[in-house]
Amino acid sequence: MDLIIYGIVNSITLILMSIGFALAYGVSRVPNFAHGALFILAGYLTWVFRYRVDLPYWLSIILALIIVGLVGIALYQFILIRVRGMPISEIIASFGVGLAILEFLRWSGLRGTAHMLPPFISGTVRIFDVPLDYQRIIVIFGGIGILLFLWAFTTFTKTGLSLKAIAQNERAGLVLGIDADRAATVAVSLGAVFAGVAAVILLPLGNIVVEMGYEVLVFAIAVSVCGGLGSWKGAVLASFLIGFAQTITVSFVAPHYHFVMALFIIIIVLIFKPSGLFGRQKELEERV
Amino acid sequence: MPELRKERLDRGVKVRSDSIYALSSMKEILYLLGPGLVLILLLLVLPLVVSPYWQRVMAITGVYALLSISFGFLANYVGLVSLGGAFYVGVGGYLSGLLNAAGVPLILSIPIATLLGAVICTLLLLPCLPLRGVYFAIISFIYPLFAGRLIAATGYFGGTDGIPGLDRFPSIWVALYMAIFILLIVLYGLSRMVNYEDVGLVFRGVKDNELAIKASALNLTWYKVQAVFISSAMGTFAGAYLAHLYGWVGMSLFAIDFSILPVAATVVGGSGTLYGPLLGALILVPASESMRAFGTLRIVFYAVLLVFFVVFWTEGILDFLKRKYEQFEHWVRI
Amino acid sequence: MSDDIILKVENVSKSFGGVKAVDNISFTLRRGEVLGIIGPNGSGKTTIINLITGFVEKDSGKVYYKGEDISEWQPHKIADVGLARTFQAMRPYPTLPAYKNIIPPLYSPRARRSARGKLGDRSAVAIDLLEEVGFERDARVPYKLAGALPLGYLKRLELCRCLALMPEMIICDEVFSGLSMSEIVSMVPLMEKLQRDGITLIMVEHRLRELFKIAKKAIVLNFGEKIAEGSPDEIFNDPKVKEAYFGGEDSYVFK
Repeated sequence: MDLIIYGIVNSITLILMSIGFALAYGVSRVPNFAHGALFILAGYLTWVFRYRVDLPYWLSIILALIIVGLVGIALYQFILIRVRGMPISEIIASFGVGLAILEFLRWSGLRGTAHMLPPFISGTVRIFDVPLDYQRIIVIFGGIGILLFLWAFTTFTKTGLSLKAIAQNERAGLVLGIDADRAATVAVSLGAVFAGVAAVILLPLGNIVVEMGYEVLVFAIAVSVCGGLGSWKGAVLASFLIGFAQTITVSFVAPHYHFVMALFIIIIVLIFKPSGLFGRQKELEERV
Repeated sequence: MPELRKERLDRGVKVRSDSIYALSSMKEILYLLGPGLVLILLLLVLPLVVSPYWQRVMAITGVYALLSISFGFLANYVGLVSLGGAFYVGVGGYLSGLLNAAGVPLILSIPIATLLGAVICTLLLLPCLPLRGVYFAIISFIYPLFAGRLIAATGYFGGTDGIPGLDRFPSIWVALYMAIFILLIVLYGLSRMVNYEDVGLVFRGVKDNELAIKASALNLTWYKVQAVFISSAMGTFAGAYLAHLYGWVGMSLFAIDFSILPVAATVVGGSGTLYGPLLGALILVPASESMRAFGTLRIVFYAVLLVFFVVFWTEGILDFLKRKYEQFEHWVRI
Repeated sequence: MSDDIILKVENVSKSFGGVKAVDNISFTLRRGEVLGIIGPNGSGKTTIINLITGFVEKDSGKVYYKGEDISEWQPHKIADVGLARTFQAMRPYPTLPAYKNIIPPLYSPRARRSARGKLGDRSAVAIDLLEEVGFERDARVPYKLAGALPLGYLKRLELCRCLALMPEMIICDEVFSGLSMSEIVSMVPLMEKLQRDGITLIMVEHRLRELFKIAKKAIVLNFGEKIAEGSPDEIFNDPKVKEAYFGGEDSYVFK
């Protein structure tokens, strides 16, 4: 039973980590390799506002999210826009930005285990006899909430619909008068905000450490690549696949295999089903 | 105010050496061979004059230069962007370390590790070869991470401690000149192959257009295998060399630096030739070494430089210098 | 199977996500014949080429080339036995000069087995070959970057890449489309010369008038199905063909 519950928590953690990356890639085909850095940046900013500036917790979170969103906009408008359509340059540029952010944070003092965010509500409940702290329950609802929000956003709002249109057929979108660059800016910055949301929900479970930025990036890539890019269903399914595979390896083999497992799954999926779990012919052609 | 425009004219000798005209004087021959000769002389003479610390830096620079050329060759001439340089280094290093620990002397363990390691890397990458562009980049990026974590998790090959106590090179001179000679040989051989041999054209074809290669009755996968073998052999040599330079192998051989620095070197030096990555490595590694005092801020500096080059100065340093060398520039009134 | 049948396609089918692109198509071709494949846009013409030459995997059906079952072969192996193809979207190596585009096929095992491959300098052979397909030798055209060549030359370059393999059969995907009248007029003799040299041709075409100067029989596809087969006269008088071309809203005009 605890396997199932922790599996679900783990899977939703992965969804949270990867949804921003998947969104930015799915919509604007920008592989935002600064994703992990934005994640850590949001967490660290929240910490700074909370403990250095002494703002209330909720205000720190909102401020951090706004700043990360702005960083996302700047990232696209000043840097990525100049290398659009050159995937390798996009990767190098965004990874460079991420690297700069992470290592700057490390240099400016984000080291050791001193940086922690408090859980929103502390305490534990027992569900089916499995102890589960409230923060993990918030993780579950946060993940579901984000998915619902995304679904509503891309189904009912005009901006969301235009994002979807661009994702499906950029040229047709352009003909219909959708500004692809604006859509991409929105997507990248929304992706950054999602990274921030994930950070404030997930980081209370552990320390804010720079290494986590790299891990988040790898997990985000893992989920997006396995799921078939631009496919929500795929991303969710891949999260559950990887999440449960990790939980199972952790409880039956050894805890330090959990990262190995994620990497192993990417390699296997890319080799045997290069279009991803839900990828379509179009993606297959893109990849092979 | 008169409007000005920069006019560029190719130097005569450049025009002639591009087509089939003969060169007419010693001066022109020198002009064409000059940059190459300067490079060779510099590499051969510099070790004699610098301090032991910088001799070591030079050796490491040589290793990175080799990795950068390996990356540049695969990316520019075959179209496979492999971010897995660290994987080659790790495989080569561990192989050589294991062999050496089992009693094989250094003089044998390096070549064996180079060739066997390249075979192993190629075989392991074989299933990924159909992948294109970003996907090959991602999966090759994952390989070294995976290998490193696997060693840490299983504890094989010394686990997190690595294998200490390997033979070292008899002296820094042997190590340094070995790196330099291998580097020069690789440079000469590769640039001949990609520029003058027909198989080099096939590689270029693989980059430009895979379907046309298939339609030309050429086995696409086989040529990719050859290219990956060549490129990974450079990486495994670098790994084996480092193993004996440090006298130790460990998980740090799979570290991300070995994957990222070649990319940075190619971006900074300029893509399109083998010399761009070389130049990039020759600039970046010593620069990074001299900034050691700044700690991780040096990585920030790197990253910013990388973004600057990839976004704002895409031609890279080599092409810039080349233009200055081969063209007259002057302002004209329009 | 009689000896002079070079290609036999049996019940080949392929669907892309529910759409039947090619539905149960069969035909045979004798050595030295020229077969036209015609049909409206989206009728599966290019797909059938991809299926024969192995570039796309078949859902079902068999292809025999010179009596050998090549259904499951890789594209390069099919080209290696002498069944070459051109691409409708021209596929040169844009960063190489035109003559260097011909060197990879000359470097292929098939070309090296033959006499031409032993001639030595492949660049010289490549330029000779380019002259055969209509590149002016002295006009420096062969030395231009392939990416900078006009369409007519690209089509010739495609053909030349096939010829470098010394093929017994070439499948041409719309060699005439996109060309001006004068370019087409100069292209027709080239195709006739290939035919005289004994090369079996399949030509996928929209330009029916030019096609039927060369081809004596054709098959007509519509929505992936073969709706007619025979000589030009038989095809033009077939009611189904008329319906496919003239019926419906996207009427198609014979040129």
